[in-house]
Amino acid sequence: MFELILKRLGTAIPVLLAVITLTFLMVHSAPGGPFDAEKAVTPEVLAKLNEKYNLDAPLWEQYSDYLFGVVQGDFGPSFRYPSRSVTELITIGLPITFELAVYAIIFALMLGVSAGVLGALKPNTLYDYVPMTTAMLGICVPSIILGPSLILIFGIWLEWLPVGGWGDIPGDKILPTITLGTAYAAYCARLTRGGMLEILNQDFIRTARAKGLSEFRVVVVHALRGGLTPVIAFLGPAMAGLLAGSFVVETIFGIPGLGRFYVEAAFNRDYTMILGSSIFFSTLIIFFNLLSDVIAASINPKLR
Amino acid sequence: MESNQPSLFKEAVERLTSNKLSFYSCIYICFILIVAISTPLIAPYDYAFQDLDLGPSPPSSEHLLGTDTLGRDLLTRMMYGSRISLMVGFLATLVALVIGVMWGTIAGFVGGKTDAIMMRIVDVLYGIPFIILIILLMVIFGRNLILLFMAIGAVEWLTMARIVRSQVMSLSKQEFILAAEAMGVRKISIIFRHLIPNAIGPVIVYATLTVPQIMLLEAFLSFLGLGVQAPLSSWGILIRDGAVSMEEYWWLLVFPSVTFSLTLFSLNFIGDGLRDALDPRSGP
Repeated sequence: MFELILKRLGTAIPVLLAVITLTFLMVHSAPGGPFDAEKAVTPEVLAKLNEKYNLDAPLWEQYSDYLFGVVQGDFGPSFRYPSRSVTELITIGLPITFELAVYAIIFALMLGVSAGVLGALKPNTLYDYVPMTTAMLGICVPSIILGPSLILIFGIWLEWLPVGGWGDIPGDKILPTITLGTAYAAYCARLTRGGMLEILNQDFIRTARAKGLSEFRVVVVHALRGGLTPVIAFLGPAMAGLLAGSFVVETIFGIPGLGRFYVEAAFNRDYTMILGSSIFFSTLIIFFNLLSDVIAASINPKLR
Repeated sequence: MESNQPSLFKEAVERLTSNKLSFYSCIYICFILIVAISTPLIAPYDYAFQDLDLGPSPPSSEHLLGTDTLGRDLLTRMMYGSRISLMVGFLATLVALVIGVMWGTIAGFVGGKTDAIMMRIVDVLYGIPFIILIILLMVIFGRNLILLFMAIGAVEWLTMARIVRSQVMSLSKQEFILAAEAMGVRKISIIFRHLIPNAIGPVIVYATLTVPQIMLLEAFLSFLGLGVQAPLSSWGILIRDGAVSMEEYWWLLVFPSVTFSLTLFSLNFIGDGLRDALDPRSGP
């Protein structure tokens, strides 16, 4: 187990370094300096600014300074909001984005796993076709369509739910969670169905049934453990998708999370913010991939 | 090979069309493609035509799908938008296809250390969160359409390379390849004449499933304002514009959304159908 973690870390760390280097070089090769927008900047002020942000130093020195800072959790100041550091912005936005992602995952697992189990228990019946066709729909209706449609139907036409904000009015977390979670619920349903169909045909399930265990016990205690392996393996890459999805969902619903900060930084060309949050996002994604690999391997010894 | 290809192809077409969902999906995609290609000839209005006096109007006999806030005909905008969306989807897939097939074939055919190094590179690249890198590219180098599909295509080739490699590895042990080698056929012609044509089936399936993924990615970026830029338009941009003004003008959101979802739906069904058609063992 420990060996496996070490082996995966051995791949993850070079990848992370490569990503940091690549993003750093890309941001620094960007045409135009970060202070070009300010019209009235005199050469003296510009020189001062460059000095303050260490832009005069040779590239490798800037790079090593930056890397050293990143290791200590310091992503430097934000160009756009000079009074705030990038780390500060991340700490403000992250809890909100994380909360949203967790709700979406819980929603996806609850809906997806129960739909998948239902489909696997009664394959090729209505209980199978209806959830699985809905799942296909859920995959093909992207969040950029689902979000606005939900707002239009439940927010504007029916006036049941609030359509923006996060934690301001009761119920304003429902629509963002559904928008972000639906595609994952659909994937979970398909994966659970596949995994469960395979497990339910195996001998140990027949033994469990022959022992006279209740159907509930057979399914929940014995079969789900193996049947969920594909779902768990999917959760790592899903985390990456959820973070990217948060860009869209937070923009649509006006949620002040990390995803919206990122999109705003991209618009404002706030280079340090883009650089910092790109590296932060990449680290998160790589970490979650590692985590899901390890969990999948600990559940299913064949993967080791 | 030449002699058995037509019958294999015919059989695959028969299987594909016997699946009703795939069949209707094919018809829908053909329709969309024909409309997109012939747009300059059949579009009801000029692309840049604005009827500012009219402003936003609901669907009517003059403007079948209504007009947007600047009085532009929505149907015309959707037709021109489909050209960009489809072009990005297909061209980026082509880029991925070319890189992936070459990479996978060489790794699988040469084998040994070359293979180990080449596939190791693929493994490492797999770990990189590309959505972040693509957004960075768009921010830094401007929203350049060519750069956009080059970047997306350069990301999507990884799985393609893996599929091709495993195909080529199993093929290159077969007798007809050994015979070709024994007869002194040059390596390069073995690759192009024998290996690639025989490995192409699963590659086509994967490519069909890649097109909707890439179209989705483009729509996603355009929705955030980081993709295609005005005056060009794509389905992603139309959906964003529709979402902005949906409170008063629902048709601006509904028509592009439905068209786009149906396209994604159809491409996915064609991919699934092709997989069943080309490999009867997999799938139900």
